[in-house]
This record gives sequence, C-alpha cells and structure tokens, in this order.
Amino acid sequence: MTYETVIGLEVHLQLKTESKAFCGCSTDFGAPPNTQVCPVCLGFPGSLPVLNRQALILAAKVAISLNCQIAKLIRFDRKNYYYPDLPKAYQISQYSQPLSQHGCLPVLVDGKEKRIKITRVHLEEDTGKLFHQSSYSLIDFNRCGIPLLEIVSEPDINSPDEAYMYLRSLKSVLEYIDVSDCNMEEGSLRCDANISIRKAGSKELGVKTEIKNMNSFRAVKTALEYEEKRQIESLEKGERIVQETRLYDADSGITESMRSKEEAHDYRYFPEPDLVPFNFEDAFLKDIENRMPELPLALKKRLMAEYSISDYDARCIVGDKNMALYFEKCVSIYKKPKEIANWLMGDISAYIKEHDLTINDLDLKTEHFVGMLKMIDSGLISGKIAKSLLIDMIQTKKDPCALVKEKGLEQISDEGEIENIVKEVILENPKSVGDLKSGKENAIMFLVGKVMAKTKGKANPKKVNEMLRKKI
Amino acid sequence: MRELNTLTAHELIALLNIGDISPIDICKGVLDAIKNKDAKLNALVHFDENKVFERVNALAKKDGTKALWGIPIFIKDNICVRDELTTCSSKILDGFCPPYNATVIDKLSQNGAVLMGKTNMDEFAFGSSTETSCYGTTRNPWDLERIPGGSSGGAAACVAADEAIFALGSDTGGSIRQPASLCGVVGLKPTYGRVSRYGLIAFASSLDQIGPVTKDVEDAALLLKVISGHDSMDSTSVNKPVPDYPSLIKRDVKALKIGIPRQYFIEGLDAEVKDSMREAIKRIEDMGCVCEDMDLPHTEFAVSVYYLVATAEASSNLARFDGVQYGLRSKQAKSFIDMYKKTRQIGFGDEAKRRIILGTFALSSGYYDAYYLRALKVRTLIKRDFEDAFKEFDAIITPTSPTPAFRIGEKTQDPLTMYLSDIFTISANLAGIPGVSVPCGFTRDNLPIGLQILGSPFDEETILRIAYNYEQNTDWHKKRPKI
Repeated sequence: MTYETVIGLEVHLQLKTESKAFCGCSTDFGAPPNTQVCPVCLGFPGSLPVLNRQALILAAKVAISLNCQIAKLIRFDRKNYYYPDLPKAYQISQYSQPLSQHGCLPVLVDGKEKRIKITRVHLEEDTGKLFHQSSYSLIDFNRCGIPLLEIVSEPDINSPDEAYMYLRSLKSVLEYIDVSDCNMEEGSLRCDANISIRKAGSKELGVKTEIKNMNSFRAVKTALEYEEKRQIESLEKGERIVQETRLYDADSGITESMRSKEEAHDYRYFPEPDLVPFNFEDAFLKDIENRMPELPLALKKRLMAEYSISDYDARCIVGDKNMALYFEKCVSIYKKPKEIANWLMGDISAYIKEHDLTINDLDLKTEHFVGMLKMIDSGLISGKIAKSLLIDMIQTKKDPCALVKEKGLEQISDEGEIENIVKEVILENPKSVGDLKSGKENAIMFLVGKVMAKTKGKANPKKVNEMLRKKI
Repeated sequence: MRELNTLTAHELIALLNIGDISPIDICKGVLDAIKNKDAKLNALVHFDENKVFERVNALAKKDGTKALWGIPIFIKDNICVRDELTTCSSKILDGFCPPYNATVIDKLSQNGAVLMGKTNMDEFAFGSSTETSCYGTTRNPWDLERIPGGSSGGAAACVAADEAIFALGSDTGGSIRQPASLCGVVGLKPTYGRVSRYGLIAFASSLDQIGPVTKDVEDAALLLKVISGHDSMDSTSVNKPVPDYPSLIKRDVKALKIGIPRQYFIEGLDAEVKDSMREAIKRIEDMGCVCEDMDLPHTEFAVSVYYLVATAEASSNLARFDGVQYGLRSKQAKSFIDMYKKTRQIGFGDEAKRRIILGTFALSSGYYDAYYLRALKVRTLIKRDFEDAFKEFDAIITPTSPTPAFRIGEKTQDPLTMYLSDIFTISANLAGIPGVSVPCGFTRDNLPIGLQILGSPFDEETILRIAYNYEQNTDWHKKRPKI
C-alpha cells in the first residue's frame, strides 16, 4: 500500500527587539540568570503589561513577508496554565483574533516551487527557562517576556525533506527582514512538528503526533523521518496511532512518547483585560510596508534581469541573504556576474558546506576573491590552480597575488617550455594521437590532461589544446 | 477647636496653610484615635507607628505643588507600597512586601501625603462585609455587632471613626461605595481608566478601579485630582486632562437632569432606605435639579453577569499565587504540582476558593460560550443602557445599598444573599462609569444610609458637583459614631 505523509510545522521565533514584549527589560542573550527582570515580566501582583510597539512592527514585517492578511484590530488573550517557568500562570498570547492569517511561503521542492500555506502568525511572550537539578529546579526569568512569534503552517508538507526545505526558506525570508537571530541552538527559533500518515489519495487526515525537542533543521528532518517510518510500520501491523506528544532524542535519533492528548490542558483562553486592543491604522501599516527590505523573490528577479544570471544561480544566491549581499558587493567591483556566481555556487559553496560555515564565517575579502578572478581572466593563473589558491586564501587570509608569487603558481606562458612538454606527450601517447587523427575528439582531452599533469596545472589548457592540434 | 483627627483634609490644609498646626500634630491626633478605637474596630492590618513618624520627619519642604502636604492617608491592603506588607488580607500573600509602589502611591508621595498603613478588606476584595479577611472582621463603628460593608470595609470604618483623615480603597463591584454607604462616609469609584491600576493587586482587571474614601465630597474631589491621570505603566488608563475637581464641584446644579431608574426600587429594598431616597430626591429637586423616573432595562442581569466576568478574571489573576516566587509556600509538598496544590489549599480562604472555582468553570472549554461569552454580550447591553440614559440625563440617582449594615455572620452562610448586597453598585463597574456614594440619612437604629450618584464616563465632575451641593444642603455627613 502507498501512504501519504502529512506534516504541519509550528515555529516559534524570538523577535529581535531591544526590550521585552510587555516591559522595558533587555532581551540580550546570555546575561547572568535573573538579571533582566522586573515586576512586570516576573508577574508580580499589581504589575501590568504594556505592549512594545517595536514587537508589533517586527511581527507585522513577518506577516507581510509571509503574504499574510493582517488584522485591523490587534487583541491579546490569556492562555492559562500552571508551570513554574510561567510566573503569571498565564501567557499573554493571541487566540481568537491572531495578528495575521492566510499566508503562504514558496518552497523549492524537487526543483519546483510549492506554496506552503501559513495558517496564522501571532504574537505572544516567551516563558522562563527551567534547569532541573537532581532534587530541585532552578528558574531563569531572563527569557520570560521576550516577544515570540508563532508561525503555524497548514498541513501542506508531504515529506521530511519538504519540512526541511520549508524551514530553510522560512529562515531565509526571516533573515532578509532582519527580525530575529533565527538561531535554533540559542533557542531564538524553535520548531515543533505535527505528522500523520494516510492512505495515498485519502481525503481524511490520519491521527497525528506532535514532535518536540529538535534543536536544528537537520534534527527536524531526522525526527520526522523516524516518525514517518514508525507510523507507517504501526499501520502496516494494523495498529492504531495514538494522538500524543513525542520527544525527539538527538543522540538515539528516535522519538519517545511524552504525554497523550487525554492529559492535554484546557487553556481557558479569554481576552486579556490588561491590554487595550491596538488599532492597526492603514498609515501605520503602509509605513511598515514601505520600509520592508527587498524580499528573496523580488531580489531573485532583479538579479536575473540585472546580471543575466540563470534562474538556478539566482535562486541559490538568494537562498542566503549574506551570499546575496556578497554577490552584489563583488559585482559592484568587478562586472563579471556569471564568473562570480559560478565560483560562489561552486567551490565556495562546497567549502562552506564541507566545513559547516556561512559565507560570513569565511571572512574572504571581496577584493581577494575578485583579485583571483582577475588573475584567471588575464591568464596569469589557470582555473585549476585557482581552485587550490582559493582554499589557501581562505585559510591564510592572504592576498592572492602574494600567494601566487610565494608559491610560484603563475601559469607557464613561455610557449617554448609548453611546446617541449607537448612534444613529449605526443611521443609518449601514440594511440591517443592516432585516435585524434582518426576523428575521435575525446582523445584531445586526454592529451591536454597529460600536459597539465606534467606542468602541475600551470599551463594554460586553452593554449595546450591549440598547440596539440597544431602539432598533430 | 475640634480634634485634628476629626477634620477633613481640606480643613487641615487650611490650618497648615496659616501655620496653626504641623503635620506631626495631625499624625499624633490620628495615632491617638487609633490607640483608642482600633482594638474595637480592627480596621487596620499593617501599621507601624515608628514608620509614620519617620515619614513625617522625612517630609520634603512644603511647596505649592504638594496638594496633600502633611496629610495622613490610609491605603487598602491590595495597593502596593514599596517594602511594606501588601497582603490583600490573605494568608497566601503572607509576608509579601512588593519592591515597587503603585502609581497612586507615587502620586500621593509626590503630593506630600503621609502614608500611615494598610486597611483591612475582604480577602482579595472578595466580599461585601470584610468578613473574609484572614485578619478577622472589621466592625462597623456605628454598631460594633455589624459589618462595615466591603470589600474596603477597613478604609470606610477607619475614616468614619476618625481614625483616619481619608483613605484609598478599590472598587470592583461596589467595594468603595457600599462600605462608604454603610459607614456614613463618602466613597467614589472613578471611571474605568481615570486612575492608574498599576500596583493594584488585581481582582477583576476589567472592573477594578482605585478611588477615595473620605469624610466629605470636597476631600473626594481633592484626592481624585491627585490620583487621576494617564500612566504609561497602565495601558487601560486613559489620556484625558484632569479637571480641577475641587473648584469645579462648587458650581451650582441648576437645571441638571437626573434619572431615577425604576429597576432600582425593587423588592428587598429596605423601607427606611427607600424613604431616605425619596427625601433625598426631593432635596435634590429643591436644589434646582430635574428628577425623572427612567429605565435601565438590563439591570436585572447585572449580578449574574458580574459574577461570571469578575470570577473568570479573578481565577486567572489569582493563578500566580503558587508559592514559587513570593508569599506563602507549603513546606509539606513533594513535587511542584503538589506545592501548588498545598500552597493554594492553605493560602486561600473559602470565598477565594469559591470564586476561583466559579471563574475557572465559566472559562472552561464547553462552558465558555454559554457563560463567559454570553456574560460579555449582556455586559455590552448594560453598558448601552447607560449610554442611552446619559444622552438624556446628566446623572442617575439610586440607593447605594439595598439595606443598611447587616449583622456580622448574618449572610456568611448564604453567598447569594451576600452577592445581592452589591446589586446597585455592580452595574457601574460593568459599564465603566463613575459613581459616588454620599450619606443621605439614618435608620431608626442609627445606621447610615447612602445615596449613589452615577455619571457618564469621565464626568466625575458632575456627580461630585451634585454630591457637593446635596451635602451643603444636609448635615448627614457631619454625624459621627460614638465608640
């Protein structure tokens, strides 16, 4: 039997405001415990929340970038439950009238664009952090009250891989509008996943489980892969899926039952009487819209039009905000967008991926990178040499000219020297020479390769090619 | 000369201005009265004579900006005063000293008032008799066997007994006006949003309002002016200019149109209260006002709506008292859930538990629509009744309480009867409008009767003006209990 996987993701995003959502405390990460607190975020009796307008502006930016409809009147609700990290015993959140609804996020799935619908984006406050010791627990309330955005997708996602791509795209968009650090390890971006399995073609949804405790996009994918497999195996065995919350364990790569829905809370939502509804006036919203940065989709179109790079290259560059910035900076000093794109998408991306870095981590000066490209173009070094030069530049942070001189990497431009080597290769490889003569074009590549090997890559392959043809 | 503790704030200010007396003289007078009377009344809960003297001695020099310079004031125990016990007369807040002032406390201090101490109240303001306090019942100075009303019973009793010059109370469903009425003093609930709620420990956030309990209307106007105004710490406080109430209320009331709602003259309204009302209305007509019967059609639903909205909000507001950060914590607990349960079990009194359960139920899934949501809709209808009424009338006059002070223990076994003692005051909180209670007579047993004047939002001036003119034409407010 074939199955269809249905996944919905719930992302919690800490907004990068200076102060907390409902008080003036700092939101800086990493301060000593309980140093960024006040009566309001500690929920002391008599204290009252006052909405931070900046949080609302950042939330609106997210809603706009996810193509959501923004509510005219912003109201808050209380979500009531007892937990020591929640000092008021309720969280100020949004229930009946969220900030925004009905959005979508374009995600690249198997080379095609898929629009994953966004159910709602709403604003709430973060909780404190518990540290469980053997016989007692400690609480740090620094995080308590930091503005948190909940971004809920429709169950539109059909594979763990798609879920991964959704998160990547979401993060990319969020980075463009600069509203959050989006750091899963520091907890500024958190993701819970709902997953269920149904028979392919069925319209009814299967029983879902909620997966928590993933601390990277990869972990979300692995957890969903495990859970997808587990659920299918259960169904195959004729078992029923239990609606429950499951915790992912990164070490073992499996999910384990945490609590079943029967024990679920009744949150007793009701309108927060301490906050007056905020009226999103058209002018206010317009102002936010006008100040929105260029979003990935628009940027991609512009890059293609302005620099005539391919759809694929543009999409890859735009996929990472800093990569896009780097690209445009390079183009501004050296008008060879295609070459720049090729190197960025090729060797540089490979290096980044291999070492799990970002373009900014590389700390590769645009002048150095462009300097290298100029040397290739002028024939001073070969493309092949450039590949290793690039790695040297990254690792030593040195100027490419200095490195080339230091290591003697200049291309051999002395024709006499190349000619001698070409002659040698012709003599040593009579079969290939014969093949070429009889019209087998492939043979030329083999011979060029031999010459390059003998010159340790320092010959200009184009010149070698010409010379070989002339001699044979 | 009359003893200083028996005077009003504006009388004392006049004496201070001519230099006849000093703030220390006033405090001594008040402290003497407390020593003589409070053992009988139990109106005060947190009070330290030494601290009072410290505060008087630390008073900044008198200047023109300090409207209440040198005047002592008592504060209801649910209003936060920095580093002072603030317990809502509940065991669960045992030992709690907030590290911050309520905004009204800052305003009082800036205006040179001298903080005296805290007054008794029903636990978390849940009650109409001050009988639910963990510190025991406050007694009515007019009859020590009777309750002073509530929940600001301590504030009303100490002002009535001249243990205080004036006090700040809070009013969620009548908690200032009803005890003022039952103790024969003036009590004002301002418009919702007129006075900052920052630092008022919430009972029902959409209904609570801090207000004055005073010996006469002029003092209420004086105190209201000091505590009113927008506060950036309370987003429900409204940014409207604060009028000069003390001077404005002295204008006449000629041709003001006053509504007398038929729905307030119900079965269960005490005959003597009814007679006093009728007389008061006549007096007010003599002053030049036009009184006319009218309707507030949704009045009968007010108590039901109130006990859903108020308990729902209270159940959420009181959830934070869990023993984690402050106040009482059960030492018997085996886990944190157990700690919550045990702490709340021993920390809250019966009435608090009853209201938390009621409110939790009203908000529970499956019941929310039928109870809480419906209550909100009817609340809107009640609000509209008043909006319509104030298109035609400048003010509305009703009895403050259906009966004079009842006996201690008389209603404690029947919460529903107890809830009905707020029947005339609750609507003003639901509608967010201002209301003032002024003395308007006495029963044959010498128990005070109060008259309630309701006004349109942010028109405290008109109701205080009517109250002031009425007071000028009567002597009820001058009578004092003998203890």
